[in-house]
Amino acid sequence: MLDHYPYYVAAWIFLCGLYGIVRSRHLVHTVISLAILQTSTYVLLLAIGFRKGGYAPIFADISPGVVTVDPVVQALMLTDVVVEVTVIALLLAMVVKAYEQGGTTSPNDLRYMRG
Amino acid sequence: MTPKIRLLVFLIGAIGLGAVYCAGARNMPAWAEYRGPYGDVIASLAVFERHATDTVNAITYDYRGFDTLGEEFILFSAVTGVMLLLRPEKGEQKKRNEENNQNPQSFQDAAALSETVQVFTTALFGFSVLFGVYIATHGQLTPGGGFQGGVIIAAAPMLLYIAENTDAFRRIVSHPIVEFFEGFGASLYALIGFIALVAGAPFLTNVLPLGQTGDVFSSGTIGLISTCVGVEVAAAFILVTYEYLREILSRERDQER
Repeated sequence: MLDHYPYYVAAWIFLCGLYGIVRSRHLVHTVISLAILQTSTYVLLLAIGFRKGGYAPIFADISPGVVTVDPVVQALMLTDVVVEVTVIALLLAMVVKAYEQGGTTSPNDLRYMRG
Repeated sequence: MTPKIRLLVFLIGAIGLGAVYCAGARNMPAWAEYRGPYGDVIASLAVFERHATDTVNAITYDYRGFDTLGEEFILFSAVTGVMLLLRPEKGEQKKRNEENNQNPQSFQDAAALSETVQVFTTALFGFSVLFGVYIATHGQLTPGGGFQGGVIIAAAPMLLYIAENTDAFRRIVSHPIVEFFEGFGASLYALIGFIALVAGAPFLTNVLPLGQTGDVFSSGTIGLISTCVGVEVAAAFILVTYEYLREILSRERDQER
């Protein structure tokens, strides 16, 4: 159990975010819950790439051939962080517009959006 | 769907997911015992193949440069979406312009700031621009790169907003130039990819001279792409903050009336 605990932490954060979305009563709360849900991927990816005693994969001050942690998952995370922020900005802009159109910020009252 | 049913559906799903996930995680390699091989292969090759000491950026801007191009366009279209959604409606815009002409002080903040805050944040402005440029252009050598550097550069106009007033912020982020740089950064990334096509290699191949490892002008296209991404991210974040600020300000003025 303890050998794998970061994986369980990632699942726990994921479920916390999902619970937040399900129980949400305010659209901004929904968006923040989505952000929390997404941070679980960071924990999962970094946990997969981590190695005991591994150095950071920057060879500016260590010699090539030194054992490092996995740089691939770190590169995946790097772009994810920036994209997440802008997507949240887009979602919040949608919340502003939804409030202007419908006069409400509750996801339960968005029924008027039915096509 | 009532909240109760929704919660019930969630609980069933969560328990199911938890059970399957735990069963799967038990068979994963134990934590801190990474087995490779991809990370190890790239970590040992990047310095020799690409003359880049920051392996993470060698992967981001070279080995998987095509994917990063796609992510760059996600960023681009998300920011375009924000601007599209928050744009003032046509009639609204006209009314606001007239108001501004009648009352040019309307954007000025009333409260006077302490001089200490003004001096320090104005001094920090130059520093954060310089630091952001440094981080963005040294992506191939040390931790950092275009995404991080761009965010630091975008923080600089916000310092000015804290130190001076909204007008100073608006003058600095005067729209057309920032918009131009956002598109310019994104398209330059794609254009760098076409250099490889001219040289007869597949799209986004690192065909430029690799230079000496540890030098700023080393690692071929990695440093160049990192700088382009820095330009785009900085412009994108400035645009987003500007749009939100304008939205807040116009709302405040509507309430005052």
